[in-house]
Amino acid sequence: MKFPYTEKVLEHFRNPKNVGRLENPDGKGLEGSPACGDMVAVYLKVNPQTTVIEDIKFESYGCASNIATASIITEMAKGKTIADAKKITWQEATDELGGLPPVKRHCSVLAVEGLRSAIRDYEEKHGLIHEQEQTTEEVVRNRLKHVMNPMAGLDIVRTELVTKIEVKEGIIRVVLDLPSSHQFANAIKEDLIEKLESLRDVKEVKVIFTEG
Amino acid sequence: MFDKIIYLDNAASTRLDERVLEAMEPYFFDVYAVATSEFGYSMGIDAKEGLMAARETISKKLGASPEELVFTSGDTESSNMAIKGVAAALKKKKGSHIIVSRIEDFPVLNTAKSLERQGFKVDYLNVDNEGFADLEQLESLITKETALVSIQHANQEIGTLQNINEIADICNEKDVLFHTDATHTFTRVPLDIKKIPVDLITISAHTIHGPKGIGALFIREGTPIEKWMDGGYQEFNLRAGLENIPSAVGFAKAVELVTPEENARLAHMRDYIIRKAFEEIPDVTLNGSRTYRTPQNANLTFHYVEGESMTLHLDMRGFAVSTGSACFSRSLEASHVILGIGGDHERAHGSLRFSFGRYNTIEDVDAVISALKQIVERLREISPLYQKK
Repeated sequence: MKFPYTEKVLEHFRNPKNVGRLENPDGKGLEGSPACGDMVAVYLKVNPQTTVIEDIKFESYGCASNIATASIITEMAKGKTIADAKKITWQEATDELGGLPPVKRHCSVLAVEGLRSAIRDYEEKHGLIHEQEQTTEEVVRNRLKHVMNPMAGLDIVRTELVTKIEVKEGIIRVVLDLPSSHQFANAIKEDLIEKLESLRDVKEVKVIFTEG
Repeated sequence: MFDKIIYLDNAASTRLDERVLEAMEPYFFDVYAVATSEFGYSMGIDAKEGLMAARETISKKLGASPEELVFTSGDTESSNMAIKGVAAALKKKKGSHIIVSRIEDFPVLNTAKSLERQGFKVDYLNVDNEGFADLEQLESLITKETALVSIQHANQEIGTLQNINEIADICNEKDVLFHTDATHTFTRVPLDIKKIPVDLITISAHTIHGPKGIGALFIREGTPIEKWMDGGYQEFNLRAGLENIPSAVGFAKAVELVTPEENARLAHMRDYIIRKAFEEIPDVTLNGSRTYRTPQNANLTFHYVEGESMTLHLDMRGFAVSTGSACFSRSLEASHVILGIGGDHERAHGSLRFSFGRYNTIEDVDAVISALKQIVERLREISPLYQKK
C-alpha cells in the first residue's frame, strides 16, 4: 500500500495519544472553525508552582496531518514548563513525525497554534501576562490570520478578503471584500469577532461588508 | 495487503472488463493499420470497418446516426470541443454569451472560465439545495446573444439528475444550442436525442468499464461548430489526429455490456447503502436528491468528522472511496458542488462519495458500512464538535 505519510504519521493517526477533553482545564485553546475546515481543541492541567504541564488532551475535527501533529505535539509538551512548551515549533513537530507533505502545512500548523492558544489562555487567566500590549492594526491583522475564508480554506488575510483595518479609541473596524448577503458572511463575521473581542483594550468590533 | 480491494470510486475510473480487452486485442496486433478509404489496402479497410462499427454501436445508444458522433480522447476533450467549438462558430454570428451551471465538472467549468478570460460573458446558473438547476433563472438569462447553454445530465459528485427534458425544451424554444455532459449517465440513464432536443453530448468510456483515453461528442447534424485542434481530416474533419481504433472498439464493447439488469443492480446497492448508513450511523445527511439520482451514486455527509481522515482509515482497511473535503484534494479546495448546493465547508468536510460498478456486490456495501461505523465512531470520539448523546 502507498500512503503519502510516514510510518510515524500513520501510527499517530491510527492511535493518537492524549485524545479527549479535560474537566475544568487550567487552560484551553481552540483554533480553526467548523464552518471553514479543520478545528483543534487543546486542554491543559498545569502545576501552579512549577508551571509544568502535568496533563494535556486534544480533540480534532481534522485530517490525518492535523490529528498526527496534535498527537505528537501534546506528547512533546507534556512534562515541560509552559515557557518551554510555548517554544515548540511547527518544524520541530514535523521533524518528530519524519516530515509531512508540504500542502498539509496549514492543517498541521493549526495543531501547534492550538497548543499555543491553550498556553496563552492559561497565562491570561493566571495573570502571567505582564506587559499589556496595545492593540494596533498589526495585532489585529495577526489575529485575523487565524480566521478562515471558507471559500479557499485559507485565512482571510492571505486570501485578501480583508481590505481595511482601523483601530480607534477601542473600536476596531474591519472591512471585508464580501457582500453581507454572501452565504459565508455570517460565519466569517462571528469567527472574526470571537478572535478580536478578547483583546483587553477593545470595546467593540465592527465588521463592514462591501456591497456589490 | 488485503485479499481484495473494495473499489467504490467508479465515478472516477473503472476496472476494465476482460471482454472489452478481448474485443480490442485484434486492433493492436492484427489490424493495426490506419483507417483508409475503401480504395486503400485491406488492413486499412478492416481498420476503417472496425471504427465504423464502433461508431454505429455508440451512436445508436443515443438514438443518433453514426455521422453525428466524433471520437475524442475522453470527456475533457469532448466538452472542450463542444463549448469552444460552438463559441468560435457563433461568436460573430450570434454573440459571446454562455450559460453553465455552477456545479459542472471541471471540463465544462474551466472551459467556461477560459472563454471568460478571452472576453466571453459567462453566467453561472444557480442550483437548489439538491443540485437542480434553476430553470426560471435559466429562462431569464438567455438573450439573443447566448451562443450555448451547458448543463450536465447528472452531477459527478452528488449524482443529481437534471430535468434534461425541460432544459432542452427551454433552449430549443429560445433557439439556443444546448450541450450536456453525460459522462456519469451514458448507458446508465436513458438519453435519446430523438426525444430530447439536445444538440451536443459529452460521453466517455472510463466510467463504464471501458478503456481510459477514449470518449466521444455527439454533435446533432447541422450544429455550427469549429474545429479547434489542427491537423489531418479525421472524424469528419472535426477532430484531427490518428484514430484510436482499439479504444473506440473497446468503448463500443463497453457500451454493449451495460444492461438494464446491471443498472437495476447498481441502483439497489445505492439504495441499500443509503438505508444502511442512516440505520447504522447517527448524524448522516444525504447530499443530492433522493429520487432523481444516477443509479451508481450515493453521497453522504458524516457530521463532526473530516473526510480525508475517513478515507485514509478506509484505505488502511482496503476500501477506495472519495470525499469532497478540502484536505483530500490537490488544490486544498472544498468541493464546489457541495458549496454550490448551499452547503458549507462542514458539509463538504465530512462528505464521502460511494460510486458503484460492475464488480461491486451487496456484501461490499455491508463491509464498508461496518468499517465506516467504527471509523466514524472513533473519529467522533476525538472531535471537539461531537457531544455524546
